[in-house]
This record gives sequence, C-alpha cells and structure tokens, in this order.
Amino acid sequence: MYNGSHVGPAFSVPEVRRTLLMIAIVNYDMGNLDSVARAFRQCGAEAVLTSNPEEIERAAGVVLPGVGFFDEAMRNLKEGGLDALLTRRALEERVPFLGICLGFQMFTKHSEEGDAPGLGWIDGVTRRFRFDDAEEPLKVPHMGWNELSPRKDSPLLEGIAPDSCFYFAHSYCVSCEQEDAVLATTSYGTEFVSAVARDNLFGVQFHPEKSHRAGLQMIANFIGMTRHA
Amino acid sequence: MLKVRVIPVLLLRGWGLEKSIRFDTPKYVGCPINAARVFNGKNVDELMLLDIVATREGRGPQLDVVRQIAEESFMPFTAGGGIRSVDMMWELLQAGADRVVINTAAIERPELVREGADRFGSQCIVVSIDARARRDGGDEVYTRAGTRPTGLDPVETALHMQAMGAGEILLTSIDRDGAMEGYDIPLVRQVADALHIPLIACGGAGSVGHLAEAVYNGHAAAVAAGAFFLFYGPRRTVLITYPTDEELRRAFRAEHVRIKDLAPVVDRAQARL
Repeated sequence: MYNGSHVGPAFSVPEVRRTLLMIAIVNYDMGNLDSVARAFRQCGAEAVLTSNPEEIERAAGVVLPGVGFFDEAMRNLKEGGLDALLTRRALEERVPFLGICLGFQMFTKHSEEGDAPGLGWIDGVTRRFRFDDAEEPLKVPHMGWNELSPRKDSPLLEGIAPDSCFYFAHSYCVSCEQEDAVLATTSYGTEFVSAVARDNLFGVQFHPEKSHRAGLQMIANFIGMTRHA
Repeated sequence: MLKVRVIPVLLLRGWGLEKSIRFDTPKYVGCPINAARVFNGKNVDELMLLDIVATREGRGPQLDVVRQIAEESFMPFTAGGGIRSVDMMWELLQAGADRVVINTAAIERPELVREGADRFGSQCIVVSIDARARRDGGDEVYTRAGTRPTGLDPVETALHMQAMGAGEILLTSIDRDGAMEGYDIPLVRQVADALHIPLIACGGAGSVGHLAEAVYNGHAAAVAAGAFFLFYGPRRTVLITYPTDEELRRAFRAEHVRIKDLAPVVDRAQARL
C-alpha cells in the first residue's frame, strides 16, 4: 500500500535572494491566477494578487497573467481603469513588466478573438492558428510542451538550458512586426512569437508558472530584474 | 517541436486514490496529496485528478484536495468530477486547477461545454468520453462513471463536443481500463482522425511502447494512464513511477520510425515492444 514513503524532494528551486520588493500580479477575474502568485512566492518574491491601483502603483514589478477571452479581459481591465495605469507603469515608469499568455496577447494592437482593441504596446497582432489549408492539419489549441528558439539574449533566459520545454495552452498566437522585440519563437505548423522583450517589457505565450524548473528559473530571472530596476 | 504529453490520471474517492480495472474492482492506492507531490517531483507533463464518485453523490469535485495539490505543484493540473455548471468550473479554477474535465453533464447537456468555453476559453475545457465495445460491433458512450449506456457513438459525440467548444477530448476505453495491455488503437484512431482538437488517449497503457503506439498508430495528441504510473510488477504493488525524459524521447523516436512507415493500424500484439 502506498503510504507516502516514496516522496522525493521537491525539485530544487532557483536561488533568489529574498526580496522585500513587492510584485503585483494583476487580478482581473480571468482564470487561475493564484498559481502565478504561488510560483512567484516559491521563487522568493513577495507577490500580491491584486486589482487595487494603489498596490499596482507601489509594485517593483507587474505581472499581467490571464486565461480566457480577449475582449472580456480587455473589458475587465478597462472597467477597473487599470488599462491606463498599466500603460503608464509599463511605458512611462518602465517597471519590469511581464505578460503571460492572454496577458501577453493583450500587448498587441488587436486580436482575431474579438473586436476590442488591445493595449497596443507592441507593434503586432494576435491571430488564430489556422491550418485549414495544410496538408496535415495540426490540432488547435496548441496544447503542451514545446521549445523556444531564442532570437536574442535577454536576462529573462539566463540559466535556462536551450532544450528546455515550456507549457503552452492557446488557440491564438502573436505575430510581431517589430523584429527586434522578438525574444523567442516557437514552431507549431508556423513559427510564432512565443516571447518578446523590449526594454522593461516582457511577454511570454507559455505558462512559466506551470513549466516546472525552467519556468521557475524564468520567474526568478524576472524577479531579479525588479531588484536591479 | 511539440512534445507528446504523458499524463498520469488519479481517481479520487473521498480523500483516497483508487485504481480500477474496467471501471470495476477498485483498489486503494494512497493519499492524493502525496501522490501529486511525487508526480510534481518527477516533472510530469500534466496531472489529472478525477473525482469518480462526485456525480453519483450529486456534488462537484473535492475542492480541498484540488487546493492542496495546486498549492505545491508547478505543473499543468486538470481536474474534474461532477461538474454541472459554469459556477462549479469557476470554483475549480479558483481552487487551483488549470483546466476542467466534464463528462456526464457534457453529454447530458452539451450547452454546458459552450458556456464553459465562452467563459474560460476552449483550452480550459476537456470533455471526457468513456466508451465500451458493443456486443454487435462498434463502440458506445457510457456516462456516470461507466454505469449508464447512452446509445451514442463515440465519434459523433466527440464531434459534437468539439462543435460546442471543447478544447480537448479525453477518450477512455472502459474495456482496456487498468488492464495494462495497450490502448484500444482502432477506437483512439477513429476518434482522433475525426477531430481537429487534440485527443488524449486513456485506458490500457502498460508500457512506454503502448504510449508511443497510441500516438503513432492511434493518432492521439497526448496519452494518459493510471495503473501504468501507479503499479509495479505482476502483483500490482503500489509504486509511483514515471518514465524519464530519455526513455520517452527514445520510445517516441523509435516508434516514429518503425510504426509511421507501416501506416495502417498494425495488430497490437505485433506492435508491442
């Protein structure tokens, strides 16, 4: 009978010095956001899941997570007046800012998923995967573990082995006009933008909080940037 | 390249895990929290937790268990059992699940799938279909933990669920469940080929070769198993295992070369490694 005696050590967590700087994880009622906060705490950050403008104002870093529908997400952000605040923090005050999955897609100008304009921080759009004309149509959503092809160096990728896989779950993907902002691409029928990095602005299509060790390393890297910022 | 997901499925009854054979003769396996911790430590691709008595007891899955598992895992975590409403999906997501599995309620009221997909996105909604072979050939969908025949055809049902917005289908062969003798490849292939959303094959895995077979002969996008990851040896001693990256890479690569070239569904006994 299994009695728990086989419990191995939890996998080692990248070392990050405990910081007192707070990271705001923007809570706008979209999907399982708690897991993002937990992963940040696991990596040593003081992470707060919040929709409170004051807390977002004070944060040393901001994370925009999200799972769900583009339009609903944009509407929720606007209703709380958060879109303007986030834009100021990201583009003017230049705090380290990380968008995850739908949060990353919202960086673009618009998405085929809906009619609402996106935040428009990067010169790109969010499109649906389309394989109708392909000889062997791939399945949509793109679900599971896939690799990154880095296009440039970034502190976000530091210490991450080149063959590391990350967890994806999405039907829409970003195409970016701004070549120098592309941090990594991933291949799924087509080569899509799986990560961007421009100054303080980072966006990833995959879920680092669900990507075991490599994901936690990436989160630790982001936390490191909030300390140096 | 997209890796094939290999997913342990844990069956929850109360606060304990069970594993059945053909959805029957359950054996107590252990504590779900400990098991999840071990799987997290083994870097599994995804973990699935299904509350198998929730529907019968007219409730949702045990949120406390979901919460405790989510609390200490950093892997994709999918849960279900007894889900009948969007509110129940929301509670489950709030408890820490990334995706929800719907079985009985999806088949009895397919609009529920649409409602869930509209609210949380298709990638969040997994519809689970349990099928059993008919005496006169073909397969039939069963609900309520395999106790109620529906008269429905698995391919038609899967297509219907896809049209309603399901992001993925978890297809379980009741006949193969727990037997560890290989997946029902013709069934898996029939359903997978009909769909444009991914299919997770479940029921029958007993070796890494079986996993590869489901992918290359069955055209499954992902593979799930229970007994294979929980039992060891002929006496089915409980021991949690998960193939290493290297084992999986080798198996999938080897099968890719050997079986893809054979194209048609090969006899299971021949294909077994």
